[in-house]
Amino acid sequence: MKRLQWAFTLAILSMAAGCSQSGERNGESPGKLVITGSSTVAPVVGEIARRFESLHPGVRIDVQTGGSSRGMADCRQGLSDIGMVSRDLKENEGDLIPYALARDGITLITHRDNPTGDLTDAQVKAAFSGAVTNWSELGGPDLPITVINKAEGRSTLELFLSHFKLASTDVKAHVIIGDNEQGIKSVAGIPGAVGYVSIGAAEYAMGREAAIRSLALNGIVPTLTGVGDGSFPLSRTLNLVVKSSPQGLLKEFLEFAQSEKVHDLLENFHLLPITD
Amino acid sequence: MTSLKTSTSFPSRIDRVLAWALRGAGVLAGSLAFMLVAFIAMESLPILAAIGPFRFFTDPSWHPLQDRFNLLPMLAGTLFVATGAVILAAPLGVLSALFCRYYAPAPMAVAYRRLVELLAGIPSVVYGLWGLVVLVPLLGRIQPPGQSLLAGILILALMILPTIALLADSGIANVPRDHILAGASLGMTRWGLIRRIVLPSARPGIIAGIILGAGRALGETMAVLMVAGNVVQVPTGFFDPVRTLTANIALEMAYAMDGHRSALFMGGLLLALLTIALVAASHRFGKGPAFA
Repeated sequence: MKRLQWAFTLAILSMAAGCSQSGERNGESPGKLVITGSSTVAPVVGEIARRFESLHPGVRIDVQTGGSSRGMADCRQGLSDIGMVSRDLKENEGDLIPYALARDGITLITHRDNPTGDLTDAQVKAAFSGAVTNWSELGGPDLPITVINKAEGRSTLELFLSHFKLASTDVKAHVIIGDNEQGIKSVAGIPGAVGYVSIGAAEYAMGREAAIRSLALNGIVPTLTGVGDGSFPLSRTLNLVVKSSPQGLLKEFLEFAQSEKVHDLLENFHLLPITD
Repeated sequence: MTSLKTSTSFPSRIDRVLAWALRGAGVLAGSLAFMLVAFIAMESLPILAAIGPFRFFTDPSWHPLQDRFNLLPMLAGTLFVATGAVILAAPLGVLSALFCRYYAPAPMAVAYRRLVELLAGIPSVVYGLWGLVVLVPLLGRIQPPGQSLLAGILILALMILPTIALLADSGIANVPRDHILAGASLGMTRWGLIRRIVLPSARPGIIAGIILGAGRALGETMAVLMVAGNVVQVPTGFFDPVRTLTANIALEMAYAMDGHRSALFMGGLLLALLTIALVAASHRFGKGPAFA
């Protein structure tokens, strides 16, 4: 009886151990696509893939994150079918064919009662690096600046830092937040706050009377149109890249991802569909 | 005769089935807890192998993308927030239970207990949201930004107060009536009874409540994430923002890869160790009435 109990225990434990090892990828089947890359693009591509799968029974699309550079590397080495890249391709990356998925922009926001309307790149840099600590030095009221930054690894942080040529170690933040919604609530609660969120999220919140306002950057007012045509500087294109001219299922998926059938999904993620 | 067969102590088939089902459930629960810790340890192994255990406490800062992995500020944040919340909530919880049992008129005691039960059932994200839109701006008026260690402590204290109050309450309810009557017949005052008889014999329940509350405080994520400011630093005052280990994982896990991801799991492992230490402490201090 005692021995039986042990055998039973061992059987359960080994079954459990077996489960955790069976996550290996199966061999390639004709109805399968592998997409890897940017963590900004991955969530929405995951949704697009799910919709595509439901329209094409039998097709399996595997979406994995790992950053834009890994997306391109995997695609070059044939480890994936599509790479996700959260920026425009550089000139020396001409070996990959980009398919623009959407555009994405961020805007600086402050409390609604803060009269400051416009900041220059240099002023933003000074505020976020702690060189300037009061709004009066930026042409505003006598109010201490509360810098609200995003958590390490967030794509909006990445875009913000690369635009203002800051390292994440340079930023002297007073509050660190996760998603756009938390950023908007935090700014609305602190009169001297300055932060940045996705333009789509800011416009949505201001439409619903959140106590925030969007700041112009170098005199350019942030709008979705400005993001769309690239005239607003804090914006970028999100791309899907492939190695060679796509055929069959791959081609079908890329056309689907660029079609109007996914615009509602893009908008859910505050991304601007590309229409031309 | 047939009905007796299933309820006599003579080993019957139903007993054997039950015994095996219970053994199965026990093994499942036990191995789940074991596998969970093993999984966290395995996920944090790559970074431990790469940089060893000490750099998590000696690195200049937490910038995992630039190979700096100091978890100490987050560990301090977790400990400060949880300790502060327990220090604030434990006496309040016990006092609330005493009020409910010995001072409140019966109808009020019932209503009050329902209210505390209701508080215990509110999801943490609701506390967090309330903290972010009400408490934080209030604190911000005293000293901006308002998102701070103090805000974290206050929100957590509010969240664990019902747990402590309810367990203390049931601990106090279980004090043998004979003891109280004996005390009363010796002419003890109400406060004397409470202090000399009720509190000592309700001690296990009270300690259990505090340990459960402390466990919840250590593990709480969303509410703290929303009000504590999440700046990675060892706080020097109550108005400094802090980041807890849980908030660190919630903020960064979605976007973390390789070493960064592994370092976040290391934070999780630290939390698991803290919880194990807490459970061990509860076994040491939570046993039996003091005078038994």
